[in-house]
Amino acid sequence: MRAGRVAQAELSSRLWRGYIVYAFGFALLILVLALLEILGLARHWIGYVFLLVTVVLYAGIGIYCRTSDPIEYYVAGRNVPAVFNGMATAADWMSVASFIGVAGTLYLTGYNGLAYILGWTGGYVLVALFLAPYLRKFGRFTIPDFLGARFGGNLPRFVGVFCAVLCSFSYLVAQIYGVGIITTRMTGISFELGIFIALGGMLVCSFLGGMRAVTWTQVGQYIILVIAYLVPVIWLSVKQTGQPVPQVAASAVLQQVTERERELTFDPDERSVRLVWKARADEMQARIDALPESWAEENKKLRLQLLRARANDASMVDVRSLERELSGYPSTVELARTEWSRARDDYAARASPPAPHAEPFTRKAGETTEHVRNNFIAVVLCLVLGTAGLPHILTRSLTTPSVNAARQSVFWSLLFILLLYFMAPALAILVKYEIYTNLVGMTYADLPSWVHAWTAVDRSLIDLMDVNHDGVVQLSEIHIGADVVVLATPEIAGLPYVISGLVAAGALAAALSTADGLLLTLSNALSHDTIFRMVSPSMSAGRRVIVSKVLLLLVAFAAAWVATRTPADILFLVGAAFSFAASAFFPVLMMGIFWKRANKWGATFGMLAGLLTTFLYMIATQAWLRELVLGVPRSVPIDLWWGIQPIAAGVFGAPVAFAVIVIVSLLTPRPDKATEELVEYLRCPD
Amino acid sequence: MMNKRLSYWQRNQLVIGCLLLIWLFVIFVPVYFALALSKVFIFGWPFSFWMAAIGAPAMFLVIIGWYAWYMNRLDDAQRAQQQEHR
Repeated sequence: MRAGRVAQAELSSRLWRGYIVYAFGFALLILVLALLEILGLARHWIGYVFLLVTVVLYAGIGIYCRTSDPIEYYVAGRNVPAVFNGMATAADWMSVASFIGVAGTLYLTGYNGLAYILGWTGGYVLVALFLAPYLRKFGRFTIPDFLGARFGGNLPRFVGVFCAVLCSFSYLVAQIYGVGIITTRMTGISFELGIFIALGGMLVCSFLGGMRAVTWTQVGQYIILVIAYLVPVIWLSVKQTGQPVPQVAASAVLQQVTERERELTFDPDERSVRLVWKARADEMQARIDALPESWAEENKKLRLQLLRARANDASMVDVRSLERELSGYPSTVELARTEWSRARDDYAARASPPAPHAEPFTRKAGETTEHVRNNFIAVVLCLVLGTAGLPHILTRSLTTPSVNAARQSVFWSLLFILLLYFMAPALAILVKYEIYTNLVGMTYADLPSWVHAWTAVDRSLIDLMDVNHDGVVQLSEIHIGADVVVLATPEIAGLPYVISGLVAAGALAAALSTADGLLLTLSNALSHDTIFRMVSPSMSAGRRVIVSKVLLLLVAFAAAWVATRTPADILFLVGAAFSFAASAFFPVLMMGIFWKRANKWGATFGMLAGLLTTFLYMIATQAWLRELVLGVPRSVPIDLWWGIQPIAAGVFGAPVAFAVIVIVSLLTPRPDKATEELVEYLRCPD
Repeated sequence: MMNKRLSYWQRNQLVIGCLLLIWLFVIFVPVYFALALSKVFIFGWPFSFWMAAIGAPAMFLVIIGWYAWYMNRLDDAQRAQQQEHR
């Protein structure tokens, strides 16, 4: 015991030294690139250097940590000190959605977006109180492993594998998709090539060294992503207010933003623009009401317009845009209904005045404040339970040296996550201030260069249209996509391009670290829990690791293939992962530890009932899913229960799962003596 | 100092229960009354906004940190007691 502690302390100090050198090395790289930029290095080269250096760095850590020992491969030898495990968990947890999406969502939705911060941080309390210490005490390799041992038999294990794959695969696809987007923007290489370069870096790491390599890479990725997030935010805050603490700066700026929102609501020019949008929304509604006749009429009208434009020698731009509109014209009446409804909603949204940023539960047309509040609470609950049920996060608590280190590790994880999450609301407000006070009121002739740059990259990120032809930017003429808030911060703050490259490298680190963790969880669920535990239990330790590695490759390529197909609604799929984890994993894991009477049948049916409930609510309320499964056209209005959106479907699934576990367990025989002893063992200190 | 009648596991459950109540309170009370509380200000922020963005997550950190510290002590005491029995 004493010797173990000394070895631990020695390892810890070696790690500190290593990562401090690493962080300084990275800072030096940034400085060198900044210097080269001043000397005239082209922008895309900065992108290439960041992409190449970071991917090689991660792959290098992977090669250095290669292993084929099962304990090292599955749980990193169980000797990751709590602080480092916390950093690895934070990187594992923070995906592209956290790095880029949260601040953007807060910009667009104000208070309502805080549901994500509350839910994603609140879940760690449940992890610390109910799961992490006991899963660590159990001391095996995966979450389905726990289900198999606690509830006995392969049935709960198999359902667990199914749920783990369901939660993790869509999440993994989203990460790989994010990697593709980032590498494309960073360097201008093609989307597919970007995916495969990043996939290479990822695979060298997880394929060679399993959990061990992934852990140490994730620590490295955390360091990069935290530097990449904090530097521009603090810089922007100093530039705007002279105040280095962004939260303090934001609280001062928030009052001015609120003031400005009030002005803009009553500004006559703003009102004229909003009236234009309102007219367009009404026109769409008129078209929809006149279906099916209007479908043919509009088509004819568009053709006529095009002919007239060509005959009158109209400008090339006008002809082109008419041609584009005609070629994209909905091919059936039903499609027209769907597309025009969407256009109507877009226009209607732009016709409304700015919602006060800090006001709770601002609502769209057709909602009540109470519904928005219900949905807010439902989203928080669903994310809380989902965070505590995501298998790739829970397996991270298996790598600590002791039960107490597992508890401490959750503390460090949340601390490292909060370093970013505390910045996001402040960043959203600072960017909003910039847009509201500087961009609004500017003439179209002297727009800042970052607007042009990002419009050129992708019009869905930022798009300005002089709707009322007065040559001045009105707030209602600006369309902003969520992603641009983080991506454009360096340019808004007037930082050198090297910082933009740094932000992209940070986003890449966030995506890769999460993808690595997910990849391991998936391949271990398939190899360790399915092939080894259920198909051929006599496999030797060496073979098991080889099978895991082969499956890892297969999963990675499958996910990359799906990602290049650009699936329909990727954000919804990621959100759905939380709902599935909330309804399938959290109830059964918690009951398995805290209620001895829970048995095999209760667990199996509980998981299935939870999943089914969640899935049914999604089918009933998510338009494209409903069309896919039930064949109901998307334009048919949706009946939400208490205003709860399909993304939070887990709030219905989780209680059902709890209830079914209790009822079915009580109706079937109690678990055997050995199982009760296992539960007793889990509850004792080690 | 410690209540001798409660076993290790009972004490753990009691602590978990109390912390869970604090956790629920910190999350849901400010959200439920958010409209009223946004008229109150703290450090220049509307209270409900500040609570959801900073206050509540910081409380989560405190809850987790305190639980880890408390359980570490409880584990040590329990181990010492088991040694005595042997």
